[in-house]
Formats: sequence, C-alpha cells, structure tokens
Amino acid sequence: MGRLRAIAAKLRNFFTGSLAEPDFDEEARTHLALLAERFTRQGMTPEAASAQARRQFGNTTSLKESRHDMRTFAWIERLGQDLRHGARLLRLNPVFSAVAIISLGLGIGANTAIFQLLDAVRLRTLPVKNPNELAQIRLAGGNQGMGVNTQYGDLTRPMWEELHRQQKAFSGIFAWAVNDDVVGSGSQLEHVNGLYVSGDLFQVLGVESWRGRLVIPEDEHACPATTAVVSYAYWQTKMGRREIDSSAKLLIDGQLMQVTGVTPPGFLGLAVGDHFDIILPFCKPKELMRSLFDVTVMGRLRAGVSLPGASAELAALSPGIMAATEITGYSSESVARYRRFRLAAYPAGAGVSSLREEYDSSLWLLLGVTGLVLLIACANLANLILARASAREREVGVRLALGASRGRLLSQLLTENVLLAMVGAALGIGIAQVVSRALVWSLSTESRAVLLPMAIDWRVLAFAAAVTTLTCLAFGTIPMLRSARLQPLSALRAGGRGMTASRERFSLQRALVVTQISVSLVLLVGALLFVRSFHKLLTFDPGMREEGVTAAFVGFQQSNIPRERYLQFQQQLVEEVLAVPGVHSAATTTHPPLLGGSWTHSIQIGPAHGDSKFTWVGPDYFATMGIPLLRGRGFSATDTADAMRVAVVNETFVRQYAGGGDPIGMAMRTDQEPGYPSTVYTIVGVIPDSKYACLRCGTPPMTFAPAFQCPAPRPRTAILIHSSLPPDVIVNRVKRLLAERHPEMAAQVSSFRTLIRDGLVRDRLMAMLSGFFGLLAAMLAMAGLYGVVSYMTARRRNEIGIRIALGARRGQVIGMVMREAAWMVLAGVIAGTLLALLAGRAAATLLFDLKPYDVPTLAAAGGLLAGIAVLASFLPARRASRLDPMQALRCD
Amino acid sequence: MSKEEIKGRKKADILQGTLDLMVLKTLDVLGPLHGYGIARRIEQISDSVLQLNEGTVYTALLRLEQQGWIRSEWGASENNRRARFYSISPGGRKQLARETQEWELMAGVIGRVLQVRR
Repeated sequence: MGRLRAIAAKLRNFFTGSLAEPDFDEEARTHLALLAERFTRQGMTPEAASAQARRQFGNTTSLKESRHDMRTFAWIERLGQDLRHGARLLRLNPVFSAVAIISLGLGIGANTAIFQLLDAVRLRTLPVKNPNELAQIRLAGGNQGMGVNTQYGDLTRPMWEELHRQQKAFSGIFAWAVNDDVVGSGSQLEHVNGLYVSGDLFQVLGVESWRGRLVIPEDEHACPATTAVVSYAYWQTKMGRREIDSSAKLLIDGQLMQVTGVTPPGFLGLAVGDHFDIILPFCKPKELMRSLFDVTVMGRLRAGVSLPGASAELAALSPGIMAATEITGYSSESVARYRRFRLAAYPAGAGVSSLREEYDSSLWLLLGVTGLVLLIACANLANLILARASAREREVGVRLALGASRGRLLSQLLTENVLLAMVGAALGIGIAQVVSRALVWSLSTESRAVLLPMAIDWRVLAFAAAVTTLTCLAFGTIPMLRSARLQPLSALRAGGRGMTASRERFSLQRALVVTQISVSLVLLVGALLFVRSFHKLLTFDPGMREEGVTAAFVGFQQSNIPRERYLQFQQQLVEEVLAVPGVHSAATTTHPPLLGGSWTHSIQIGPAHGDSKFTWVGPDYFATMGIPLLRGRGFSATDTADAMRVAVVNETFVRQYAGGGDPIGMAMRTDQEPGYPSTVYTIVGVIPDSKYACLRCGTPPMTFAPAFQCPAPRPRTAILIHSSLPPDVIVNRVKRLLAERHPEMAAQVSSFRTLIRDGLVRDRLMAMLSGFFGLLAAMLAMAGLYGVVSYMTARRRNEIGIRIALGARRGQVIGMVMREAAWMVLAGVIAGTLLALLAGRAAATLLFDLKPYDVPTLAAAGGLLAGIAVLASFLPARRASRLDPMQALRCD
Repeated sequence: MSKEEIKGRKKADILQGTLDLMVLKTLDVLGPLHGYGIARRIEQISDSVLQLNEGTVYTALLRLEQQGWIRSEWGASENNRRARFYSISPGGRKQLARETQEWELMAGVIGRVLQVRR
C-alpha cells in the first residue's frame, strides 16, 4: 500500500515537473538558523555556531540529490540523457548511421513483410464473433477421390442435411460452397465470384449486415433461389452504393433476384485470400446430387464441448449419416468404402484457404531466409560497431577514468544500440507495408485474384519487436562486452600502435566474417536451387505443344441449347474458331492438360484392374497439341456416338496394363459411375508419355476418347487452338468472334502458356525472392569481408610500412593480406556447404527435378562466392601494397 | 567487544531503517512537530549517543509522507520563522503499531540469542 502511494507520488512529481524544492530549502534554512541560535546561546561566536550547525545538519547537496531520486524516477532521466547522447552520436556519424539504419530497416522490413503474409494467410482469425469457437467438419482422411470435388468441397449436400438435423456438439452449424455466377445478360454479362450458403450462416458467424438484411433460414426454399446478398465491394463498385430496397434486383444466372442486403466491408468470406461478390442462399432441388462433394461445413462449438469431444460425437453419428446419404450408381466396393467414411471436427478459427496449403511451407522457408539475411546484416553491423568502438576507446577510457561506473557505461551503449534498432525497426515496418502488398499482388493471376487485407495487427508488431530485440542483441552484445572490459589506462596511453594487442579483436571479427560467408553460401545455394528449378519448369518439355496454343473456356448454360445437342454445339464452336484467320487447327477437350483438372475412371483390362485418367477430345486434338502417334491411329470425324467406342492410350498405360506389348485392339472396360455407364473401349492408338494435371505431377496411365462418344456432355468445354500468330492477336480475335456470335455465352480466352505460368506463381515467387535474398546476402557478406580486411590492414599500417621499408615487394604484401582473407573464405565456404546440405531438406519438396544436394549448384555457389571474395579482399590488399612506408611510419 | 571501546566510540550510527520508526514514534508521542524539533527530541531521548546528520531527518520525513503515514502543514517556529509541521496520520499509527511489534519481536529474539552462554 505504502509503496503504491510512493509510486503515485513519484508519478505526480514526474508529470507536474516540480523537481526544484523551494520548500525543502526553506525548511533547511529554518533548521540551520535554529541550530545556530542554539549554539550561540551555548556561547559560540556566530561564525562558529553557523559552521557547527552546517556540520550537524550534513551535506545539503547530497541530501537534495537523494531527495530528488526519491521524488522521481531517476532512471527515466538517465535514459533521457542516454537517448540524447545516442542521438547526438548518430547525427555526428551520418554515414555510419545511414548504413546501419538502412541495413537494419531492410532486414527487419523483409522479415516483417514475410511474416505479415504468413499472419494474413495462416495466423489471423476470421473477422467474426469468437472465431476460436469455429470448427470445420470434414471426412477424416478425405473422400479418397470419390465422386466430384469442387474447390473447398468437403461434404455432399445430403451429408450436410443429415448433419444439420442430427448433430448436438455445435450450438449452430452452417455450410457454404463456391460457384462462378454470371450477372446480367447479353453484352452486359459479367462473371462474379459467388458463394452459396445455408440459411443460418450469418447468424452462427455473428456477422451483422451493413445494409438491409443478410441470408436467413427462410431464404432456403425450393429452387431456384430468389434472393441474394452482395459484398460491400460489389455494392460499392457495381451497384453505386444504391439504396437496398424492393427495386434492388440483379439478374443472376438468368434469374431475377431480389438483393436483400450488403455484407460488412471486413467480411470477405471464409476462404482466406479469396473473396466473393454475391451470396445466394442454398435452394432445395428435387433431388440432391449424392456424389458431388461441394460444400464446406463449419460450426460453432457448444460451450464446454472440446474439439475431440465434437469429433467423438461426429464419429458416432457417421455410420448413420453415411447409410442415409449413400452414393448410388457406384460399384459395391466404392459403396462399402463410402460407408466407412468418418466425420471429424478440425479447428477453423482462421478459416480455410487454398493459399495456405499452397504457400505455407514456402512462406516459412522465406521467413528463415530473411532471418538469415538479417543475421548477416547484424554481423556487418557488429563489425562496424566494433571498428567504431576502437575509435571510441579513448572516450570510454576517459569516462571510466573520471569515475563513470561500468554499468552506467553499458546502459549508455545499450541505449545507443536500442536507438539504432528502433529507428531501423520503424523504417522496416514502413518498408514491410510496401513489400507485403507487392508480394500479395504478385500472387494474383489472370484467373485468380488474391485479396489479402494487409494489416498491422498486434502479432505483426510483436513480431517486429521480437526481431528488433534479437537484432539488437545480435549486433550489440559483443561490442558492448568488449567496451565494458576496457582498461582505462591502456586506452588512454597515447597512440596505441595496435599490432599484437588487437589480436583478439581480429579473431572475433574474423569469426563474424566466416559466419557471414557460410550463411550467405547457404542462401546462395538455396537461391540457385530455386532459380534452376524454376528455369527447369519453364523449359521443361511436357510432351506437347505449349507455344502457339490458345485456350478458350466457354460455358453455354445461358444459350438454351438442349442437352442432346451439347456435343454438336461444341463442334460448331470449333468450326467457327477454325474460320478465324491464322488458326491452324482446334479441338475441344473435357480436361485441358497441365491446368490442374483431373478425371479418373476405374478400369478393367484383361485380368488387370486399376485406374486411368480419361479425357474426351475432338478429332484434331493430337495435331493441335503436337502430340505424335507412336502406333495405330488418332481420332477422326467418323468416331461418332454410333460408332465403336475407341481409345488412345499413353505409354505408361501400355507398360502398366499391356505388359509393354502391343495394345492395339485390346479392350478395356470402365466401372460404372453416375452418368458414366460401364463401357468397353477398344484401344486404337498409342501416344508418348506427356504430363497430365501439372508439370510437377508424374505421368499416370492416360486414356483419350473421342469427344462425340462422351457419355456425359456438359454445357461447357475447353477449346485448344493452334496458331502461329502472336498470342495476344489470336486471343483477341477469338474473344471478339465469340462475343459477336454468342454474346450470352461465358468465354475466357488466354494463351495456354500464360495459364501454365500462372500455375507456377509459387515457383516464380520462390525463385525471385530467394534469388534476390541470396544476392543480397552475398553482397552483404562481401561488404563485411571488405570492411574487415580494410580495417585489419589499416590497423597494421606501421607493420606493413616497415615490411615495405625493409624491402617487401608489392606482390608479397598483396599475397600476405589475401592469404588471410582466403583462410576466412575457405572456412566460410566449408561451413556453409555443410549447413547448406543440412538446410536443403527444407527445400526438397518445393524443388522440381532437382535434389537439394545438387553438386553443380553447390560448386557454382562456392565458386561465385570465392570469386567475389577475391575481389573484395584484393582492393584493400592493393591499397596496402601502395603504402608509402615513410608516411605510414611517421603518423601513429 | 570490551567496555573501553564502547566508551571510546562516543556515538553509534543509526541502524538502517530505524530512523523512520523513531520519527514516527516521536510524532505519535509529541504531536505536530517540525524537523528541528524532531531532531532535538531524538537527541534528547538517545542521550546524544546517536550520530545523526540532522538533514537525514528530512529524508525520512519525505519517505514517510510519500507513503502517506504522515501529513504536513506550514506554521510558525519558535523564532517566528516559517516552518513545516509534521503530524502522524491514522495510517501512520497503524504502521507504527505494526513496526513496534515487529521491532520488539526482533529485539527479543536477538536479545535471547546474545544471552546464550557457552
């Protein structure tokens, strides 16, 4: 209690600023006068009395000082002094300060930027009420490729209906699915990112509307849906912030819908990195598809129910739910597998994100890389401060000799370092804001706009503070300890000649340079690995034509074409495209290669049972894609729906199912699936292996079948077009043609190569960033080497001068200096190679066609570093060799 | 320690922390008093055995006031100078009681320890 009051009194004094004590002065005067009067009465002379009074009262100055300390926070004042002193020193050495602050700013900025990205993608929770209560309900182990999966699709609608009815562990659960929708019609048609949600989504999330009302359970009625909710961004940009009233209507997917409300600005949906434009309520069709895994189900845990508890309940419910929602039209094994599916709950406070799965390991790796770059920058700074400290030895010596305590001296040096680090951190946080936004922007592609709000939240600030503290310790500790150990006498002795006396300091600086070289080698190896991996991806031959191919994705749901004419219409589109000047050939495909799509059927061929990828393609597909036929024939216009079912397979298929023999004429039977009855295909041709879903993916057994024999035509298709015209010319011609002829049709036309590159965004990012940081690290390390070698030769001026005076030749001096540097580089390269081998594991999964212990890469990185090192040490060595011995010996 | 030495050393230093207690007790017994008066009282009670830099009384007073155990107001001294009069607060009385008890306990223990003979 008493102590609290004392602190309060100190605070009062601190803020009212009454540091002078006229009251005490008066009290002391009164006291002295009374004492003196007393002594005078006892018979002393007035002078003697007042002297005696002063003796008995004690030293007023020291009394005042101790009172002052009691009345205020003395350390704050000292801190203020130190800060002023530190700021003055920084101002006096503008070059040093600028180098230190900029390198710290860049280092801290790079770290913070990557962390901000990680924070946004992985750590930050959704902007909803109590996000940590949210859990996602998924099949433990996934659906093992059964049925059809859409993005973020975990469960089927029937499963969701059952779950909604039966579950008790959650106070509320909701489901949502993503879908592309079109708004408007004709030439005004526009593609938007749509979400379908269950009626209670917003209520469970606790998200309030910005305008009007959001989706409510009553909106979920028989199809089609009649109401819609729009995002804040859509409302602002596309609806002109109009009033949400009964006239607010949008034509969505050909259906006029009443807009009932606008979501708040911060709500971007539950998939981090994605965003939505419109939200439609689920509608109830006559029959729900049992094999379409298209919804994500989330819930808010009931108070007192843990995640494992909820999982246990879900596991108990699973057999009943699976039985009630059983898939139909599948083989009995598949159905049995389906019945064994188990539901479980997973944390979902941070939402779901495809970005997270894709970029998680890359971002952690990049954070490690930027951390190492910062470490190198710190080592440089430590060297710089060490060099400066020896210049300041005299100052420190004088202060120690004048009675400054070592603690006080240390706290002042610490303050200087903290000041540097803080200014650097402030700069770094600023840099991070620009860099992180640029990074997010670089993640977006033509087909996927990444929207990640970059905010400075407490995590980012805490991270920056932690990094700054560590940085400060890293670059400040060693020079500080050295200064504190200083002997004032030896520092004051004039003209320290500094030959043998500074051995120890040199060894420390050498160790720092060796560390820098080894760490920068690790980063350089990483950079080369990623750059080479990206280069390999770019130049990799996927076994088909990439250059000169244009891909048009069309959707004609709005064109009023009956289902039985889908295939004819697709063929009609191909013919229209063929009429465009400059087009050599064109063909439809159900699954264009290398863009991630995949379609698998279980097949039986002779006694063998297995899987194959299936693609239904137009007659000219192989010619368009430049895929040669090894055996047999390709497809022609005669392979119609009425003709014999035929197939072309790849070499992997032949190896796996025909024992490498001649498969022409062999028959294969597909297992039945909904919409795909069991069919017998006769193999008529063989093509060489080519990549299927992506460049990194292996080559599976693949089957191609004629488009006209596709059992389940869709109102959409991809058309691949071969042309020798420049990509943008042909893209524009095809776009214009489709827009003129079929204005109601959705069409996206891009160069095939661009689409493939869009799939390599992560590799590009890794190559760019690791390359940049690798070079930066090498440059920093070389600056360190240069600095230390220069410093060492400068300290040895006398010695070198004597050597030259005694007849040492230039070459000998250069050799002497460079030999020292060579030892450091050699030690650094050896240590770095070992470290690189250890660190390589982290990068292994991100590399394409490269092992992390790639010898040419290691050799190239070591050679590159050694090469620059020679240059970095040659310059100071040459300078030393040109020393004028007379001058070197004359000055101290 | 022999008797001669005690005689030879005329004055004893004040035991750390006890000045506050003495000041508090003085104010409790004598009522409002200025710093000079407190110094005189301690001198008188201790028979001039204690070596006291009288200025430190003011340090003790500041400490006690910061902790809220005493209060002060300005008045006139004997020689008609302005002087600050300190008086004990109710909190200070409680604190005095606590510390007196502690002191007696401690003194008792130390006395018993020192009385033990070989």
